[in-house]
Amino acid sequence: MAARIWILAVVVAVFLSLSAFSSAQDLQIVNAERRIDLSSQIVKAFLTLKVENIGKDPVAEMLLAFPPTQIKHLAMVQALAITGKKKKKTYLPLDVKPSEQPDAPNDAGFFIVSFATPLGPGETVKLEVLYILTHSLEPFPVEITQSESQLVYYHDSAVILSPYHIKQQTTFFKTPSTRVESFTSIEPANRAGKEIKYGPYEDRTPYSYTPVIVHFENNSPFAVVEELVREIEISHWGSLQITENYRLTHGGARHKGVFSRVDYQSRRSISGASSFNALLAVLPPRVNSVYYRDDIGNISTSHLRTGFRKSELEFEPRYPLFGGWKATFIIGYRVPLEDYLFEAPDDRRYLNFTFGCPLVETIVNKLTVKVVLPEGSKDPSAVLPFTVNQDLQVKYSYLDIVGRTVVVLQKDNVVPTHNVPFQVYYTFKPIYMLAEPFMLVSAFFFVFVASLAYVHIDLNIAKK
Amino acid sequence: MAALESPPPGTPSAMRHAFGSVLSALILLLIGVLAFSIRLFSVIKYESVIHEFDPYFNYRVTQFLSKNGIYEFWNWFDDRTWYPLGRVIGGTVYPGLTLTAGTIWWVLNSLNIPLSVETVCVFTAPVFSAFASWATYLLTKEVKGSGAGLAAAALLAMVICSIGIRLIFLLVNIMAMTLIGYWMSCTLFSIGVSFSGIFHKCLLIGFQNVSFLSKWLSLQVPSYISRSVAGSYDNEAVAIFALIFTFYLYIKTLNTGSLFYATLNAIAYFYMVCSWGGYTFIINLIPMHVLLCIVTGRYSPRLYIAYAPLVVLGTLLAALVPVVGFNAVLTSEHFASFLVFIIIHVIALVYYIKGILSPKMFKVAVTLVVSIGLVVCFIVVAVLVALVASSPTKGWSGRSLSLLDPTYASKYIPIIASVSEHQPPTWPSYFMDINVLAFLVPAGIVACFSPLSDASSFVVLYIVMSVYFSGVMVRLMLVLAPAACIMSGIALSQAFDVFTASIKYHLSGSSNSKDDAEDKTSTNNASKDDGSAGKTDKGEESAKERSSRKGKKKEREPADKPSVKSKIVKKKALVLPFEASIVALLLLIMLGAFYVIHCVWAAAEAYSAPSIVLTSQSRDGLHVFDDFRESYAWLSHNTDVDDKVASWWDYGYQTTAMANRTVIVDNNTWNNTHIATVGTAMSSPEKAAWEIFNSLDVKYVLVVFGGLIGYPSDDINKFLWMVRIGGGVFPHIKEADYLRDGQYRIDSEATPTMLNCLMYKLSYYRFVETDGKGFDRVRRTEIGKKNFKLTHFDEVFTSHHWMVRIYKLKPQKNRIRGRAKKLKLKTSSSKSAKKNPWI
Repeated sequence: MAARIWILAVVVAVFLSLSAFSSAQDLQIVNAERRIDLSSQIVKAFLTLKVENIGKDPVAEMLLAFPPTQIKHLAMVQALAITGKKKKKTYLPLDVKPSEQPDAPNDAGFFIVSFATPLGPGETVKLEVLYILTHSLEPFPVEITQSESQLVYYHDSAVILSPYHIKQQTTFFKTPSTRVESFTSIEPANRAGKEIKYGPYEDRTPYSYTPVIVHFENNSPFAVVEELVREIEISHWGSLQITENYRLTHGGARHKGVFSRVDYQSRRSISGASSFNALLAVLPPRVNSVYYRDDIGNISTSHLRTGFRKSELEFEPRYPLFGGWKATFIIGYRVPLEDYLFEAPDDRRYLNFTFGCPLVETIVNKLTVKVVLPEGSKDPSAVLPFTVNQDLQVKYSYLDIVGRTVVVLQKDNVVPTHNVPFQVYYTFKPIYMLAEPFMLVSAFFFVFVASLAYVHIDLNIAKK
Repeated sequence: MAALESPPPGTPSAMRHAFGSVLSALILLLIGVLAFSIRLFSVIKYESVIHEFDPYFNYRVTQFLSKNGIYEFWNWFDDRTWYPLGRVIGGTVYPGLTLTAGTIWWVLNSLNIPLSVETVCVFTAPVFSAFASWATYLLTKEVKGSGAGLAAAALLAMVICSIGIRLIFLLVNIMAMTLIGYWMSCTLFSIGVSFSGIFHKCLLIGFQNVSFLSKWLSLQVPSYISRSVAGSYDNEAVAIFALIFTFYLYIKTLNTGSLFYATLNAIAYFYMVCSWGGYTFIINLIPMHVLLCIVTGRYSPRLYIAYAPLVVLGTLLAALVPVVGFNAVLTSEHFASFLVFIIIHVIALVYYIKGILSPKMFKVAVTLVVSIGLVVCFIVVAVLVALVASSPTKGWSGRSLSLLDPTYASKYIPIIASVSEHQPPTWPSYFMDINVLAFLVPAGIVACFSPLSDASSFVVLYIVMSVYFSGVMVRLMLVLAPAACIMSGIALSQAFDVFTASIKYHLSGSSNSKDDAEDKTSTNNASKDDGSAGKTDKGEESAKERSSRKGKKKEREPADKPSVKSKIVKKKALVLPFEASIVALLLLIMLGAFYVIHCVWAAAEAYSAPSIVLTSQSRDGLHVFDDFRESYAWLSHNTDVDDKVASWWDYGYQTTAMANRTVIVDNNTWNNTHIATVGTAMSSPEKAAWEIFNSLDVKYVLVVFGGLIGYPSDDINKFLWMVRIGGGVFPHIKEADYLRDGQYRIDSEATPTMLNCLMYKLSYYRFVETDGKGFDRVRRTEIGKKNFKLTHFDEVFTSHHWMVRIYKLKPQKNRIRGRAKKLKLKTSSSKSAKKNPWI
């Protein structure tokens, strides 16, 4: 039901935005600065905008435009309004929603940022926008041998795509190393160390676009989880059991030809530079009973460091992953229930747990979070800060009769910034906890009664 | 018991009976738990994982069964193995184990207990070892209850095999001793607090339970542990239980003459046939025993009932198992049973006729029948011999033949000989596996002869045969283990009987003067026993016909009762000096204690390693070598699903189960030629090997190499078997070419054939770069050929410790360059030729 209301709200918002579009030209961007961080496989872009209302009416929202190649790799867009001067800066998170614009050129995608207060005529506002792109670094050459390092392309525009007039703008690309094979030169553009600077460009018209390609070395681990299924099982007997099924792949340039262990072990620095064999998972504090295994048994290469604020599980897959190589594994752990399960004021209970993938610096193509509620729970509902596909399933576990309700949350293209708390509300009567012990007790009772009866009843026909 | 003794309910005797049976049930339960938990060392020290080689196949079959159901399972044609031949799994596998585990899994899952197939498989063996120890208990109970139990009973007057009854008398015994006060409090205390406490005290002073002892031994005999630790998911895990249980039911039928047990026996035999090829042991041992009984003049209708239904029903049921099928009547392994089947009928007929005819007439009839019968027999035997002789192996399978003739395998079938389980054991392995039992067994055999009964003669025969078989194949040590346990249990129990009886005699002798009341209770009990004995004598015949369930307890009792009268006479004859018996008792307990220590050690240290993961203890902690799974995981995730992987057959099952890739040969060594092909490829030079592998569609070649870390059972050490097996089929491979002066070596003295064969190259490719010298830690020598390149293979994966190396066949080369150029020239000329007309 909540989801429907949510969708309705989005529809209404879209509707409103359409009406707002007419006032698009009331805004102009006075100054824009874009810093794109290309140092890992996740592309992070920080956009600082100074927006001015040059129209006559107050404007409540503004649009962010993305080229069609980026819109499908866009994992997240966040916007903050900056108020105050240098030292007394305060950040106010703004509402960002995807939207459709019928008259958008070349299938550009849009996001609507709603201002905290409508921007009056002549007023300016400073915005900080963060957007994250996945799968946007294209390896070239596509296949490399063990001794080569990985080079990637990044496609973008030298100027910011925007429905508004931009008076002045600059774009910085930050590469992981100084090795940059080539970059498209749009004057003024220059490179200094790890940074490539495009701009400043003056007075660009709306929807201007100047494609650039940056070709550079990136040997950071391209760890892509193709599919992650996290199952969070709530047991009211005092623990939360989490089981995470990973299907990991190396998303970088494909490995070609020979894998030589000699080279890999003796010349580690130049051999297999783009490969990775160590991963780090950030687990909750007070975690216990951690295991790390795959289909064929335990994997013995892992270390766990527990702390007050978080636990870190450092582990290696069975073999180092080169481009295109895959591995599957399971991580499971248990955390105390009282840290994550609370009672809501309206007599319901809610689970407060972290969404997303615990592995650092990884992209998850498809994430499924299953929250297995205890048997007998009713009215489940999930609350998340972003939209996900929601579903309900039933799971039968130890001695269940009616089955346990499973809240399934499914989201594509998940990055570490999605690791935010979410809540699942449900009602549960503690009496259900006694169902299974009672069943066991009665089963044993009947066994003993039956054996008593068996011993005492004489079924012989013949007399003794 | 209660009915026979008919004490009014509520009397101390009835209380003791109830208490006794509860206590005995509890002890049985504890023993089961112990049998189960001693096998969990592998799970605790390593992990819950399937072990070794064959269990992986069984695990894979169980997975298939649980996923696809029983009908698919029977029809399963496995194309992942023996490429390109494939294998009909349903018809070539002993399904007992997989069906058992599959059923357990199904039951658990239908109760919504979501255990994985793997977990069920890992714990099947320990669970069944608990069952096996219970079966051993039952078997020993049967054996001693009818025979030697009497001797024990004479001393202690009360050692009757039904535990419940035994425990009553135990308590009576205790009361007869002057320790009554202490013991009563102890008993009361134990009811409230700990039953095990009294168990130990009973064991120390008055509790001679053959069955328990033998069970105690059997539940932890190392040679059995080795095959039944958690994770060792092999046929033997359930088969040993089935074997002992079949023997138990056979003895039970022999003792009772009940057709009900005979039928059960046939069903147990069917389960055994389902489970393990070793069922031929049963179907040969039981006829031998029947024959022995007939020859020694022990024929009885009970023997007939025990044997005839087993052969008829058992053979019919056995033929239902696809892997056995008509072999149940066609192969020589089963002939003995049919021969004895005929003999027992002849004997039965003779006895019958003897009963009808007068002695004189009988003599005439005998001479008549014997003279005709001999002629007929001679003809039949001649025909049979001719039939059997016409088949090349005389109707015997290779493994059976190597049992009859221990040198057979090494002469003719190198595949059977190459398996380490099929080698004859060494003396240390006897000591390792059965430890002190080896010394107790002879005593047990002696004990079985005093007096000899049908049942005890069976056990003697069983131990003799199993000692022989275990001497031929180390694997059959497994059959010896339960026999040794039973024998040692009997021996120990007899010894305990003698010593404790002496002690009791001395104690009661001294207590007579002290406490008259005690004496009264004991005499009271004795008289009560006598009375009940009289009653049971009357009811003996009717007791036999009673329903088997209730009869179980009852009819053993009458056999023991008469001895009560003679107990006082015998008691004096067997009394030993007090101090001597105390010391001997202590020594026996120490012996048992050492045995327990040895068993725990063996279970923990020697037999728990899963063999797919190795560990070594170094100064900086435990080091794990998990290379096998590393490379299997690599294969399963990073190669195409239909790629074929060639390796020596040892790794076939693991590759199909863990990596899910098609293999050329595996551990089910049914096709010698195919294995020889792989052996030939491994022992050929690179180019020839590439051609062989390419013709088999092989894409990857997997070799196991231990030279870097010193893992001795690698492919280089197995290589001579590959040469032998390959050479057996393809004569151009000659073992002599790989040996320098009869010595197998890989250093600079090695023959060029050896240094150029594929196995050498794949094992040592770029090995010299690890330490600069190429020092092989297994062979303890520098390798002969150090720097070489591979022309037809690419290294695609080598595991962390180099234990597994995987190579990919290079794709077929393009046509020879010269010709290609010519072709190009031709095409270009033809182009120009074409061009001209258009211009």
